[in-house]
Amino acid sequence: MRNPGYWIFHYGLLALFVVFALFPLFWLFKVSITPNDLLYSEGVRIWPSRMSFDHYGAVLRHSDFPLFFRNSVIVSTLTAFFSTIFAAAGGYAFSRFTFGGKLWIVGLLLVTQMFPLVMIVAPIFRLLAPLGLTNSLTGLVIVYTAFNVPFAVFLMQSFFDGIPKELEEAAMMDGASRFQALLQIIFPLTLPGIAATLGFVFTAAWSELLFALMLNSSTAASTFPVGLLAFVSKFSVDFGQMMAAGVLALIPVCVFFFFIQRYLVQGLTAGAVKG
Amino acid sequence: MASIDIAAVRKSYGATPVLRGIDLTIANGEFVVLVGPSGCGKSTLLRLIAGLELIDKGEIRIGGRRVNDLPPKDRDLAMVFQSYALYPHMSVRDNMSYALRLRKTPKEKIAAALKGASAKLGLDALIERKPRALSGGQRQRVAMGRAIVRDPQAFLFDEPLSNLDARLREQMRFEIKKLHRDLGATSVYVTHDQIEAMTMADRIVAMNEGVIQQVGSPSDLYDNPANLFVAGFIGSPAMNFLQARTVAGPGGMSVTVGQAEIAKVPPATPTGPVVLGLRPERITLTAPGQGAQAAVDLVEPTGLGMIVHLDLDGQQLKTFTTERLPLKAGERVGLMVPPGSFCLFAPGTGERLAG
Repeated sequence: MRNPGYWIFHYGLLALFVVFALFPLFWLFKVSITPNDLLYSEGVRIWPSRMSFDHYGAVLRHSDFPLFFRNSVIVSTLTAFFSTIFAAAGGYAFSRFTFGGKLWIVGLLLVTQMFPLVMIVAPIFRLLAPLGLTNSLTGLVIVYTAFNVPFAVFLMQSFFDGIPKELEEAAMMDGASRFQALLQIIFPLTLPGIAATLGFVFTAAWSELLFALMLNSSTAASTFPVGLLAFVSKFSVDFGQMMAAGVLALIPVCVFFFFIQRYLVQGLTAGAVKG
Repeated sequence: MASIDIAAVRKSYGATPVLRGIDLTIANGEFVVLVGPSGCGKSTLLRLIAGLELIDKGEIRIGGRRVNDLPPKDRDLAMVFQSYALYPHMSVRDNMSYALRLRKTPKEKIAAALKGASAKLGLDALIERKPRALSGGQRQRVAMGRAIVRDPQAFLFDEPLSNLDARLREQMRFEIKKLHRDLGATSVYVTHDQIEAMTMADRIVAMNEGVIQQVGSPSDLYDNPANLFVAGFIGSPAMNFLQARTVAGPGGMSVTVGQAEIAKVPPATPTGPVVLGLRPERITLTAPGQGAQAAVDLVEPTGLGMIVHLDLDGQQLKTFTTERLPLKAGERVGLMVPPGSFCLFAPGTGERLAG
């Protein structure tokens, strides 16, 4: 048994970290339920003397936020879906096959991760504009997928690497084609990896601002991070509505992670142990 | 069941040759063990038969049909892996019936095959369990069961017992042999363990550096090794190799170590340096003064008998005897080698010399 001082210190540090990490979320929620008239007078109080959900009502009924929200769900879901499919295919190939130019392809995938995105916004815009893919959700999905696939490939590869080759070989000896072995034996074992990849890509696409802002200027094709900026006007910032919108934007991510967390924890720890 | 014919098979990984021309015929129903040190190419040969690796040159036929370009699924072979390779997300039942379900075997037939196999292997109580809830020995059985429900052309075993502890290994050795007796299935078994090879094989294929060194029955390889490699690899405790000479004397040709004459050899044997191979248990210890003179270096009791390490004219030598002799280190003893119970090898090539 360690002495109590150790545990006080131990949990004290953990508590400090948790407070530090979660306080902004609490503040987000607190501001979102503070009526406008109290926002500045009671600005630094830990809980307002009166609560109201007016901001939520305003956001849902009188702003374009539901549209932005819908756009974000579409873009993030499709991006997560396509990225994961490509990443699974690529990761499997890197894990199981040797082929000419493998090293070069891996190198190129890494290179794409080296540049700050700001550098390539302009060329991407130039590329997409003539194709009619600016101001379009399709364009965003394509760009997000392209930029998420390299990292997702490496992620998926590490999961495939953790599955012994013999399992596939056993399946092939049992009379399965490579594709059947992949589908019936390897795929079920990769579910944690797939969940982790889906979660990672979904979150990345959900909170992406730069491309969303630069490529899509029309309201019809804006995602919610861009929409949040709409609450900042030339003369004032509507903090209450902005925070309410922020809280609403957290919901899909929470729901998504709720569904995949079982696999995610498995997946992340499995990856960690197997290195 | 089918025979397997391997003709002039070669395989390299990049610039590294792994198999340098393998010719081997495995008869229908035969239990053949491929044995050799790691890196000798035995597992590669098995994987070529399985179709998990592609052949560079040569030909493999299974049941008369050329299979060089057939994928594993079309070769109808069952394989038992060292790691068992059980499907972790499937129950024992699903693991064992996977191959049959892939072939769309009718349900009743699958049930019958499962019942037969699980009864044979004592898996009845475990049929609904997942592999992670099984012990090593049980997993091994399931892996065997997965192979036998299929009634394949041949069984391939890739070091299936290496992950088991010594007692379990002995038991599974016995069970695999019994299964083979009951099923009469053509089997190719890879191991680095010469005891497994000796106890299980109808025929042993001893391999080293991608070349077959010798093919024969266990007693063949034990009594008449073709070269130094086979002589040293088969048998435990291992054969003694002594630097010796064949000399012509008044009583005919004999082989000598230092000044000591060890045994007579046929008159046709050429004179010169040789390597003398002596099985430890074929050496008879006698009182000092009889036979070649040696000094006891160390005594290792094994229960069954004892291993006596001797110093014979500066060369180390082991003997094994089931007698319990009161020997002490430093004591002098005589040793005798009965005629015909030793081997001579050419010192340069390591090949067996007549005699």
